[in-house]
Formats: sequence, structure tokens, C-alpha cells
Amino acid sequence: MRFTFAGAEYEGREGETLAAALVRHGILGGFRSVERGRPRGVYSAHEEEPNALVQVGAEPMLRATLVELRDGLVAEPLAGKGRLVAAPAPRCESMHAHCEVLVVGGGASGRAAAAAARGRVILLEQGRCAPLDGVLVLDRTVALGLYERDWVLAVERGRRLWKIRARRVVLATGAIERPPLFPGNDAPGVMLASAYEAYGRPAGATPVSGGFSPRVHLWSQAGGRLRWDERIGAPVPDGELPGVECVGRVTGAGLPDAPPFALPEGDEDEVFVDLERDVTLADLRRAVGAGLRSLEHLKRYTTIGTGSDQGKTANVNAIRAAAELLGVHPGELGTTTFRPPYVPVSFVVVAGRERGPLFDPVRTTPMHPWHVAHGAVFEDVGQWRRPRFYPRDGEDMEAAVLRECAAAREHVAIQDVSTLGKIDVQGPDALEFLNRIYTNAYDSLEVGRCRYGVMCTADGMMLDDGVVMRVGERRYVCTTTTGNAARVLDWMEEWRQTEWPELRVWLTSVTEQWAVAAVVGPDARELLAPLTRVPLDAGSFPFMAIREGEVAGIPARVCRVSFSGELAFEVWVDGRRGLELWEALASAGDATPYGTEAMHVLRAEKAYPIVGQETDGTVTPHDLGMEWVISKTKRDFVGKRSLARPDTSRADRKQLVALLPVNPDALLREGSQIVAAPNERASQGHVTSSYRSAALGRTFALALVAAGRSRYGEVVYAVPPRGEPVPAEIVEAVVYDKEGSRRDGRPAA
Amino acid sequence: MTEPHPRFLWRNPEPKSRYEVVIVGGGGHGLATAYYLAKEHGITDVAVLERSYLAGGNITRNTTIIRSNYLWDESAAIYEHALRLWEGLEEELDYDLLFSQRGVLNLAHTLQDVRDGVRRVCANRLNGIDAEWLEPAEVAEVCPVLNVSPDVRYPVLGATFQPRGGIARHEHVAWGYARAADALGVDLVQGCEVTGIELAAGRAVAVETTRGRIAAGRIGLVAAGHSSVLAAMAGLRLPVQSHPLQALVSELYDQVLDTVVMSNAVHVYVSQAHKGELVLGAGIDAYLSYAQRGSFHVIERQLQAALELFPIFARARVLRTWAGTVDVCPDASPIVGPTPVEGLFVNCGWGTGGFKATPASGFAFAWTLAHGEPHELNRPFSLERFATGALIDEHGAAAVAH
Amino acid sequence: MLRIPCPWCGDRDEVEFAYGGEADLAYPGDPAALTDEEWAAYLFFRDNPKGLLRERWVHAHGCRRWFELERDTVTHAIHVRGR
Repeated sequence: MRFTFAGAEYEGREGETLAAALVRHGILGGFRSVERGRPRGVYSAHEEEPNALVQVGAEPMLRATLVELRDGLVAEPLAGKGRLVAAPAPRCESMHAHCEVLVVGGGASGRAAAAAARGRVILLEQGRCAPLDGVLVLDRTVALGLYERDWVLAVERGRRLWKIRARRVVLATGAIERPPLFPGNDAPGVMLASAYEAYGRPAGATPVSGGFSPRVHLWSQAGGRLRWDERIGAPVPDGELPGVECVGRVTGAGLPDAPPFALPEGDEDEVFVDLERDVTLADLRRAVGAGLRSLEHLKRYTTIGTGSDQGKTANVNAIRAAAELLGVHPGELGTTTFRPPYVPVSFVVVAGRERGPLFDPVRTTPMHPWHVAHGAVFEDVGQWRRPRFYPRDGEDMEAAVLRECAAAREHVAIQDVSTLGKIDVQGPDALEFLNRIYTNAYDSLEVGRCRYGVMCTADGMMLDDGVVMRVGERRYVCTTTTGNAARVLDWMEEWRQTEWPELRVWLTSVTEQWAVAAVVGPDARELLAPLTRVPLDAGSFPFMAIREGEVAGIPARVCRVSFSGELAFEVWVDGRRGLELWEALASAGDATPYGTEAMHVLRAEKAYPIVGQETDGTVTPHDLGMEWVISKTKRDFVGKRSLARPDTSRADRKQLVALLPVNPDALLREGSQIVAAPNERASQGHVTSSYRSAALGRTFALALVAAGRSRYGEVVYAVPPRGEPVPAEIVEAVVYDKEGSRRDGRPAA
Repeated sequence: MTEPHPRFLWRNPEPKSRYEVVIVGGGGHGLATAYYLAKEHGITDVAVLERSYLAGGNITRNTTIIRSNYLWDESAAIYEHALRLWEGLEEELDYDLLFSQRGVLNLAHTLQDVRDGVRRVCANRLNGIDAEWLEPAEVAEVCPVLNVSPDVRYPVLGATFQPRGGIARHEHVAWGYARAADALGVDLVQGCEVTGIELAAGRAVAVETTRGRIAAGRIGLVAAGHSSVLAAMAGLRLPVQSHPLQALVSELYDQVLDTVVMSNAVHVYVSQAHKGELVLGAGIDAYLSYAQRGSFHVIERQLQAALELFPIFARARVLRTWAGTVDVCPDASPIVGPTPVEGLFVNCGWGTGGFKATPASGFAFAWTLAHGEPHELNRPFSLERFATGALIDEHGAAAVAH
Repeated sequence: MLRIPCPWCGDRDEVEFAYGGEADLAYPGDPAALTDEEWAAYLFFRDNPKGLLRERWVHAHGCRRWFELERDTVTHAIHVRGR
């Protein structure tokens, strides 16, 4: 086969690494160092290579000693730094495995340990490895990290991640040869003796050895201690580590005595301690001269060990040299911390499958296909895709929303509200539970009725709101905001299980079990009546009541709740029949489908807060003007005590108000800060929601303003990120139908 | 090797038996405190006691992001004070800090992110802090390698931008303060672990250490993740919880990323350092830990996020992962000031956001130790706020998942 | 990847759980009788020990039950398994 290196073509052999091929072709140099541009060449035969770094296409910083040749390979030498190139990146796999024994290292002692082990055994070897009976052998697989003593991360062929849980780990990781310290120990042709042998004693090369350093990385990552071994001149594993054992050369056994160590004669600026980082003995001496005494300081001062080889051929020499310079025993210095990954691993390999469309699940309602087919523009609400608006005939969002709002207030409109969280709460103590979790009281809530509720954190801040429906003697269904469904259920379970285990109440998520469509507007009854036998008149079906029956032939629960102030019916059906219900409603008349944007406007006109928009974790129900939702009679509820704290009950806290821009066509920018006068800098609050109102024929906004409820009539200024401050008058929060006269349908003329 | 560090850094003195001020904790904030005590207040009879080696804790484990774009006025004031000090710090300390004001983007991926981002930009501008709201096309101009395509799972809908934000080289900052403090006469005492705090008639009068008893006029605890351990020695509890916060670097590459980019929703924050390595971080590990290590799935998730935002990073490689121990406060804001124990002061709770605040934290705490009461900048960050309810909730602006 | 011993489901990977912080923080019997400082002590102040910690976990992606265990915050070793 043919390969190209530094623009020149060479012949290569099957199974050869790039480094071996270069050496075979007599290329003992061909590289340059990162800081000083020194000529360099292949130094080793494995992952410890400090010099021979190459770029192969889009792959940067590959070690030539690990690059397997293939026909047509093009490699460019790198001076310690690679290139990131935009290129398609394959989705990588991740494998999980459990075993009794995991052996890291396929040399003699590793294979022996694997062969002797009982139960499911896995052997990892970073090079090539022959099969072994009864053992899952993963070769060309590097162990990157040993976490918490029993979880190993490994990468196979640079591409497939393995996550292995092992009852026992055996480390047979062997040792790395290090160079001796002498002036010019980095010259092209100088190479580790073991590499010299591995490459068949290439002509012109000079084999050198300063001894062997056990690969103690994984042992140390897992918390294993080390001690200095005088004989081999390197740290070795010491003591015990439950579930982890070292065998073979990593313990020091079978390694040759280290040559005697002394600081070399000659120019210290030519004695390389860390080849990849171009750090010399002179640099180390300077660091000591600066007053540094700890190995970590010396490492940081000189950058020894921080290169892409993480100092595999440098760290032990650094300890020995530093000890000499400081006049201490190497054992006193310890080592720098070993951290995963043992060798570098690509981002794309670690990221695995959860990329692109799989980055996070997409949640859609049963009605989703209809929304898509009818041109809905969507918004991400948590993991949900919700219709934001349904443009017709080239409408922009503003026009669509004005039309959808007008339909909801003047005729009839429908919204898919299936995403709201729904929690089934039942048991003999269900009422007591609700009373403790919500700020308001539920004692008087009858079967077949529902009530708006608010819950606070123990810190007194608004957490979520929703509607509590009493569907049975001891059974309720609570709705939550879309984004908080899981959080609220978890919150409820935490209190139930850990604080109130004496309460006999059980909670179940039924968010996906129900699909819900809201039918909204003065003509809502006219739309629904042909589809159901449930009486819809105000006398038979009062506000906040629940009725069971069939709608469009589907068993349904219908509630009269309204997030717009208009007459509204929420129709709840089995989730699997949500699309069927929706199609029936959509084709029953000329109901206008509307999305979250119109919903936002309609509820804002009535000053209904949206958790997460009018609230941010620092807002209490009282701040929102909802004193009525805080029970005066309940002895306690979650958050009650906090509401009495000085700062939480301050009179000048920010309060929810509405703003009417002085220019009725000026749309305030949501997020604008509010100041008392155009040149003032002290913030009085901010704009939380801002819209054009079809019903009012003008713009309006909701805002949190300091002591807002005592400032009606005052003109303040909303300062946008760009542009001039916009004057607006503070008014009562509800800007439309304050009396609530539209709730039961079109008010009498 | 090029010579980024001076020929002499600091002495290694034996600790005296008494100092006017003892600072416990030789990290970034402790060293900065010592420097400002000496420089601004002429108080040089100061010791910094560090149980291990100087600047081995969070100061050299963070992702080096510097910005002042926090939401509330109180936070803006102290972080902006820090940024102004950063802008003169290299000259003041006569040390190359590799301080680079390359801009910080905080991305918005949902409509509420946009509202929150605009709100923060507007608040920043009122506080005299440079802040802009950018639309996706403008974001792409600032950061060409960022993927602003609408065809991804959570598209970029805009971003806040602080042009004066950026990065610096962390150990240079710590060593710069240390050297300057040492030169002014402050004793930097390493390998000196505080094992007890001695009280006399309810007042903190000395510390017991592994290198002997050291009496003190005032004691300042500045030990980040170990704050609770130290406070307990004086019988105090704090509202902090210590968690691992992981970070990672890649190998070195030619520069492709010239801006600091942070995202809450697609959770990762990243910059490319001057030498060429990518520096990334994300959220804390959920459990309490002093182990300075976290779990791998946190790394996986942040790299998934990184590839969503930066497809060009696909073949970048993780070189090293590590963790610090961050002391997280319930409102993601620090505690800097006196404690109920006379003579004992605490500076902690910076959680995941301490590095950027280093100069102002040191400045304000030095003032507090010199005067015995808080400076205007740290007065709101008191222990009392937990009782009154006057919390300063910066979870959003902290931009690190808790 | 910590391995958390769920008392009902056995040892499971940490990603199946949510963390609940220090255990043994009983909700006060009469919050209204507490001073603001005492209430803050319950709500916010914590031991945060370096060493053994009794803590709470919930098997969020499994049986969804809360339990306690004792773990060392330095070594991560679990000393007393969940109940």
C-alpha cells in the first residue's frame, strides 16, 4: 500500500503503524517541537510517544505510533498543535457490560489473571491481542479511566466507548520506558531502547533508557496510594484498594534496575525533561529558584506533564530531577494527580448517540399531526413542541395572533392544552395532603368542582399553579404548568414520603393519559352542543364545575375553567383518542385553532400570571396580587412561615401591574427594565409580558414594579436594550373585562 | 520554554506565633485578600495559611471565565468592580495574566430564555455594564463557528453579549497576587492546615494548625469548598453545600473560537485558551463531595451539548478531566462578611462563579477585615439575608446547572 | 458512576436517582413559633460534613421511593445501606 507523509509518498505494509513505516524508511526526524521548533523524530512505539504527532485529514494530534496504515493515508507532521476542520462526524456507539473480573492489559500477567478468573471475565488490551478461551477479549481497546474502583471507561479502536461495571478489577498495565537525562536527549534518532528493539534496530538510531515507570494511572485514579521504589526509580502501587489488584510489571516486579540518577553535566537548556512541552532541566531549576517546592507548582510553572502525552515519558524524570534540585528524597515529593482519560478521546466518541435530533427527546401531543398538517409554527416548551400560532395565507405572527385572539373573544376558538401536567391524587388523606401543599384551602371543594391553586417553595416563592379538580370523594386531579409537571410531581412525592408518611394518599402522573382540548369563546356552547348530551347552559354547568359524558362519541370529562376570561370548556379524553376529539372539534364548525402566543395574550389581558414568566423564583403570590389564594385559616402549608419574614413581607416589593404605553401603538420589549424618569438609572422592575391586544385595540404589558399597586396613574419608562425609553402608565393588572362579565358567555347587550 | 513567570515568586517563611490578620485559605480569594490588606490598608502583619500548596484548589480548577453580567444590582456591583480591577490588574501586579477581553455570549434557546436575556441586558446597561442583545445572525457574526441553524433540537434564538468579558490564565492570577503580597511582607505559609479555632469569651483569638498555634487579631476564612469544615471549628453552620464541579481541556489546536460561549439550555460553557486548548465546563455533580472528582455522565452530557453548538469540535479530543469542590449557596450568591463569632469573618459561597470575582472578593474582604464591618460592595451578601429572606437569586446568571 | 443501593431495587447506577441532600432535617412542628433565624436554620443551614454523611436519595427512574443511606463524602464509600 502507499501512504503520504509530509507531502512525500512511501510504501507501507499491512499491520504496520505509521511510525514503524517511517523508521523503516529511514525517517528518524521529520517533526518539530511545539515551543522551540526543535527537530524531532519517532521516540517510542506506543501511546507514550511525545514527538511524532500527525494530522490525518480531519483528525488532529494522532500519534504516529498508534496510526495503523491504510492505503492512501495522508499524514502531515504537527508541531504539538493540530487543526480542527469542519467535516461530517459519524454517530458513535456506546457499549455497556458487567463482569466479575475486568483485566486491564493483555500481556503475560494480564492473560494469566484472566485465564485464572471465574465467572464473566473481560480483558482489555490497547494493542493487538490473541483470543483467550472463556474471556471476552477487547483488543485495540484502551482503558481511559477507573472510576470509584469498579467502573471502567474504555475506547475501542478510537471509536466505540465501553462502560464496564466490574466486581473486581485487575490492573496488568505494565510499564513505560523513560529516557535518560543528558544534553541533546531529544535529537532525531534518539529513541527508547524498547522502541529500538520493536522497530528492528534501525540503522542510525540511538537506543537510550533511563528506566521504566509502571503505568499506575488507573490505580491512582481510583484512589490507590503510591510509594517510591528505589530500585526501579519510579512510583509503584502501595497498600490495598478494595476490589482492585495490580499484577505483573506495574507492581515493579520484573522491571530492570534503574540506572543511577544524577543531574547531567553540560548545558541544562539542552537536557529535555518533557519532550512534548519542550521543558528542560534549566526550566526546572528556574522554577525551584523561584521558591517553588511542591511538584504541582513545578508542573504549573514549567508546564511539564501538560502536553497531549500527559508526561508519560516525562513525569518520573521530573520527580527525580526536582528531588535532586530540592535536596529531598523523591518519595517526599509524591506525584502529580492522575486524571482520566488515560489517552485523549474524541468529543464525538464521548458524545455517542445523543446528538442532533437525539440530543433530547421531543414530546408531542396526540394532536400533533393535525397541527403540522395545518401549518402550525411551533415553540419549544421544555421538551414539548407546542403550536405557537397557525398562520394563514402568508400571515406574519402579529397578524395571526390578532386573528386568533379576536376569534377567541368574539366567536369560538380551540387550543390543544394536552401538555399541562396532570397528577392524580387519591386516598383517605388526599384533602389533607392538598391543604398542606397548596397555599389555599380545599375543604369546601365539592365533588364535581374545581379550584385554582398555587404552591410555593418552602422559601415562600411561587413554584407552580394549576387547577385542582375533585373528581371523587377521595380523588382529585391537579394540573400543573407544562414545564413543571415532573418537578411538581417529584416535589409532592418528596413531601408525601419523607415528611408526611402517615398520610394515606397516592400520586400518579396522568399527563399523557389524558388529551385535552380547550373550546373558548362566546359561541363555545354552540360548537359543543351538537357533539355532546352534557347540558352546557350556565344553570346546568356552572363556572368551575366538572361534568362527565361523551363528546364526539368519546367518553370525556369536561370542566369549565378559563385561562382567557371567556366562556370556555376543557374537554378531557383518553390520550389515545386526542386526535379524534380534535378533528371532531375542528370540523364541527368554524372554530379557529390558536396557539401559545394567542393564549399568552388572552391570559395577560386578564392578568393571569404565567409561572416562569411573571415569576422567576423570587416572586410570592402576594407580589402577584393573589392574596386571596393564601389561606388565612390553615395552620400551615409549605412556604407559609417564609411569607412572614421581613424581606418577604416588605410593602415595597415588586408587584404585578399592567402598563399602558402612552403611545397606544408602542410595543414594549419584554425584559425592558423600568425607571421612574428617562434619565434615571435605578431599576424599579421589569416588563414580563408585552402584546398587541385585539380586544383593546392597543398595546399593553404586564410588569413587576416596586410597590406597583400604590402607583396607579404614574407614568414610568420602559428601557429597551436598544433605543429610547418608552413612557407607559401604571394601571391595575387586569386590563380587560375587570368585572368578569364574559365568563358565562356573551354579556347581555 | 518561553518565560511567562518571574524568576522569583515568594519566600517560604516559618509562621510567627501571632499576626494581626490570619487568612485561612491560600486560593485566589485568600491571596487577593492578603494583597489588598497590604496594598490598600497598609496592614502587612498578615499570614495566609494554606493546608496544601498555594493555589491548588478551585483557583486552578475553574474554566477561567470573566464577566460581570449578573442580574441583580447587588451582584452587578461587585462583579463589575471585579472586572474594572481585572482591567488594570496586569499592570498593578506586574504579571502577565493572559487577560483577554474577547467577549462572552450567553445563548438563548427558548422564548423565555430570550425574555430573561433581554431583561439581564437591560439591567446590566442601567448599571453601566456593557451588554448587548444579539439576534441569531449577529451571534453568528461574533462567533462564526457557532451553529445558529434553525434545524437543530434547540436552535439559538439570540444571545446576550458582554464585550468586556473574557478569560485569564488562572495560576498566573493566583501567583501574581501571591508574589505581590509576599513582596509587601505578607507571610504565605504552606503545608499549614488549620485544625481548630480557639475562642476566648466568645471571640476568635487563635487558630490551631499543623504547624503550631497562631494567634490573630482577626481571622478570615476563605476556603471555598472547605468553608463548612472550618466554620464548624468555631461552632458555626453555614448555608453552603460542597459539590464537585468538573471541567476539562482538550489538546492544542489552531485558534477557531475567539469568544467565550455559555448556554444554560444546551448546557455547556467553553472558550479556547491562548495556547490553543478548548476549556469546557457544565453543571455540578448532584451529590455532596469533597473528593474533587465527579462522574463521567456529566462529561458525556456536556460534550453532547458542545457538539450541538460547535460541530467543528467533533474531532477535538478530551485531554484531561478534573474537578474542584464548590461551596454552593441556596441563592447562588456568596457570603462575605462578619460571622456571629467576634473576630471571625467569612468569605465563601461563591460556588461555581468565584474566579471572575477574585479581585473584588479580595478587595471587599480586605476592607471588611481592616474595618471590622462590610464594605458597601459586600454588605448585601451577609449571613443575615437567610433569616430576613433578602436572598439574591442568581441561578440564571450563574449559568451553571445546580 | 456511583452505584446507589436502592432498598427495593438493589444496586443501580447513579443516573437512575435524584439526590436529596442531608437527611435528618425534620420539618419543625410549629413553624409559626420559630424566630426568623431558627426558621433559616431549618431551611438553609447545613452541616455539609467532610466525611460521613447521612443523606437522602430517591430512585427517580425506578421505583420512585425515597430512602436514606450513609456515605463518606471524601471516599464516596457507602457505609450504611438504604432504608
